[in-house]
Amino acid sequence: MNAYVKACGETDFGTPQKVPEGTQSAGAGGLCMSGTPLRGQATAILEIDGVSVTVPAGTSLMRAAAEAGVMVPRLCATDSLEAFGSCRLCLVEIEGRRGFPASCTTPAEAGMKVRTQSPQLAKLRRNVMELYISDHPLDCLTCSANGNCELQTMAGVVGLRDVRYGMTGVNHFTDSVTDDSNPYFSFDPGKCIVCNRCVRACEEQQGTFALTISGRGFESRVAAGQSESFMNSECVSCGACVNVCPTATLMEKTVIDKGQAEHSVITTCAYCGVGCGFRAEMQGSDVVRMVPWKDGRANEGHACVKGRFAWGYATHPDRVTKPMIRAKITDPWCEVSWEEALRHTASEFRRIQAKHGRNSIGGIVSSRCTNEEGYLVQKLVRAAFGNNNVDTCARVCHSPTGYGLKQTLGESAGTQTFKSVEKSDVIVVIGANPSDGHPVFASRLKRRVREGAQLIVIDPREIDLVNSPHIKAAHHLKLKPGTNVAVLSAMAHVIVTEGLLDEDFIAERCEDKAFADWREFVVRPTNSPEALEGASGVPAAEVRGAARLYARAGNGAIYYGLGVTEHSQGSTAVIAIANLAMATGNVGREGVGVNPLRGQNNVQGSCDMGSFPHELPGYRHVSDTLTRELFERDWGVVIQPEPGLRIPNMLDAALDGSFLGLYCQGEDPAQSDPNTTHVTAALAAMECVVVQDLFLNETAKYAHVFLPGASFLEKDGTFTNAERRISRVRRVMTPLTGMADWEVTMALSKALGYEMHYAHPSEIMDEIGRLTPTFAGVNYEKLDAAGSLQWPCNDDAPEGTPTMHVGQFVRGKGRFLITQYVPTDEKITRRFPLLLTTGRVLSQYNVGAQTRRTANADFYGADLLEIHPHDAEERGIRDGDRVGVESRVGSTTLPVSITERVQPGVVYTTFHFPESGANVVTTDNSDWATNCPEYKVTAVQVSRLVGA
Amino acid sequence: MKLDNLIKMANQIGAFFEAMPDRAQAVKDVAKHLMNTWDPRMREQLLASLGTEEEGKLKPLVRDALATLGRSESGR
Repeated sequence: MNAYVKACGETDFGTPQKVPEGTQSAGAGGLCMSGTPLRGQATAILEIDGVSVTVPAGTSLMRAAAEAGVMVPRLCATDSLEAFGSCRLCLVEIEGRRGFPASCTTPAEAGMKVRTQSPQLAKLRRNVMELYISDHPLDCLTCSANGNCELQTMAGVVGLRDVRYGMTGVNHFTDSVTDDSNPYFSFDPGKCIVCNRCVRACEEQQGTFALTISGRGFESRVAAGQSESFMNSECVSCGACVNVCPTATLMEKTVIDKGQAEHSVITTCAYCGVGCGFRAEMQGSDVVRMVPWKDGRANEGHACVKGRFAWGYATHPDRVTKPMIRAKITDPWCEVSWEEALRHTASEFRRIQAKHGRNSIGGIVSSRCTNEEGYLVQKLVRAAFGNNNVDTCARVCHSPTGYGLKQTLGESAGTQTFKSVEKSDVIVVIGANPSDGHPVFASRLKRRVREGAQLIVIDPREIDLVNSPHIKAAHHLKLKPGTNVAVLSAMAHVIVTEGLLDEDFIAERCEDKAFADWREFVVRPTNSPEALEGASGVPAAEVRGAARLYARAGNGAIYYGLGVTEHSQGSTAVIAIANLAMATGNVGREGVGVNPLRGQNNVQGSCDMGSFPHELPGYRHVSDTLTRELFERDWGVVIQPEPGLRIPNMLDAALDGSFLGLYCQGEDPAQSDPNTTHVTAALAAMECVVVQDLFLNETAKYAHVFLPGASFLEKDGTFTNAERRISRVRRVMTPLTGMADWEVTMALSKALGYEMHYAHPSEIMDEIGRLTPTFAGVNYEKLDAAGSLQWPCNDDAPEGTPTMHVGQFVRGKGRFLITQYVPTDEKITRRFPLLLTTGRVLSQYNVGAQTRRTANADFYGADLLEIHPHDAEERGIRDGDRVGVESRVGSTTLPVSITERVQPGVVYTTFHFPESGANVVTTDNSDWATNCPEYKVTAVQVSRLVGA
Repeated sequence: MKLDNLIKMANQIGAFFEAMPDRAQAVKDVAKHLMNTWDPRMREQLLASLGTEEEGKLKPLVRDALATLGRSESGR
């Protein structure tokens, strides 16, 4: 049993840790016993129970005691929340001072002599506990918190033996009704001690402010929303309240059903690009609950409804666990052994290559799978298939990020840690909806805004961040879809023409000639906010205001998502963002930077692993002879020096008969890629489509071989999140199929005649490190010791690189590039007068294969089309109507939600449900540099269905 | 692959680079982009359009880039 696999039970330090500036807490988990945060830079030396302890000034006495190894009893304090001082259990004595101050709210001072135990303190604590217990049910043996109840523990700690007021308190438990409305947790007010932890967690950690204490004194009650059920309130089911509840008041239903876990394993979430660390709490190989890991650097103990609760898909009855084959896609599936499935696949692939040439087959690497699995698939393609026809689903999301940031800054990755936002003064969010897409990061961001940072939102739609509890964007540039580059160039125009450039930074850090060219370009009157107002729809004054605010920020940070990349000018927009950051000197330190919010858990990693058809691992071009030779020596094969086909090119080539075999691991192009009719026609034209997935997805309808996949709970490996953080994924249950995905790829390679030899994914990572300079210092031993590592991690940066481009850009000098606005070809006409744009909701995830198979469907059970009241009225559409949506390539129907979130002329939908056919209408128009599809701009007509 | 689609994609690349002040460099950059990111069969099909009626659909910058590519590809 190592530090990441342990018996359950944690220490709570009581108050948060005060971390001296420039340092981060470290460690490999375990029970938090400190209770409150550490604070500040200066230190104080004091004595607690005779033990000398040195802590940052401002640290609570409770925390200081914990640092000295002394646990002070408490109920309302927990180290993930600011001290509150309500339970009065943590009283201490301070020499020379009167009274019994609460240790959670009393700051440590130099020279203090503190006693945490004395007869008087014991008596006081026992009295307090008596009052709590007098109004708390004593069904401890049958209570779901039994074995993990802080109230019970503290009653034991203070030595409670008698309750003078009786045990029939009539307040909380005699008239309480349990709220079971939330599918994942239950709220039993009868067990509530009104410690306020849940309310504070909702405010401080999550930032939703859904909970409050209603009533006063003895009538105090935790209330969701306006005393509604949790399900009907603003609660977003992040689980923070459940996590901090010291009793069984808020409890996971899985714990109620199964009981407490007996061991836990630290692993990494497989949903979005935040990459939260989780403690999988287990009973044998059965997951009891997923608890956010406090020492997970990406999330620091927070979670969202997906990672925290929506893991039940892993054992859903829809899981396919046996390999299947069929001769034609119209035939029924036939279950076969792994050996037969792999032999058949290899035989088919070799047959196709023999007939149509080496380049007639290829593979798709999944951004859902581990780094090691992605590495193996690209190795399979390059070494066993003998070509470079390998691509990743990052093609359809963040490929422009790779291109744009490589061209300007020199590395295809974001520049910061998520924690960096805590030092930002102005935060720009462009084409991203973090509250839904990256909720745990959104909570950090919102906290920073509540502390006073300014927020600029650039988005066609009024996302939650524009105006939510205690959050209001200083500027919302509500641009027309497809005009990011116009707005970003206009911002650059303002920064240059109003003298807001960071001239020293540019002179020292950037290429002179490139900057001069760019400067000459952006100052042109055609790039002024006034000139571009007509195209973008954003009032010039708003653009000017936003540009000034960002340029004068002090620390200005830009966060962006698929609303930037999924455009015909996606790469240009990424370049424009990098230009802005360089122009204002906002690169190379904490609090600033260019930060792509990656959609899937391992988008960054799959790109890093060489899954693009033109790049070997570490973003080195296949034409580079030295790099190729490095891999050729190690792999014992010849690698082709020319780029292979990208996913859209593979589909096009399938239709012209030159691409006929596809190995598709963990990806569902038939649902997720644009222009479904085109995609499915291409898949149907292939002779051997191999799908490896958890479920029979939409693409599997066109497959000849189905290889069952393993969930993240069933395998070892690593994911790399949006901040370049490599985190371990640890197996907590045996693969239901008998094989992890990396083992399947290895077996397929062997069947093709190219044998790979790995006994464990750690050996794959060793090979990656051996062949990839930015990963040279990464191995499992080091990952276990550090918890996680941010690449580059090598001799130059043995502990990894939290912030990139410090002092110098990776490419040497930063390179400004001209970003001419080129309107998309996808234009509105009289026939298609509205622009459709797409996004996702908090509770569902991408194509929904996982989340649709969990109770998250209770929150969002169907895709909706958002339409502005004006556009709805013009068409006679009422809220809830089912409407027809028609584009140049296809049509579908969707139920309507009428809302002013979208602007007139724009409609919006999600794409989580295959039956909604969102991608039936999106076109195969794509980014000029990378072929990333332009999901975000489709000209459509919306019509009321007759009889609707 | 559909030639029209390849021409459209190539012209999109041209549209980015034609904003650059140094045209000679822009020609090289278009050619480099095609070499670095396009599968050879796509390049060859586009190259084959030179001298045909389809050539007229190409932006001049792309045409010039393809001409340099044609020279280097034939020299392989």
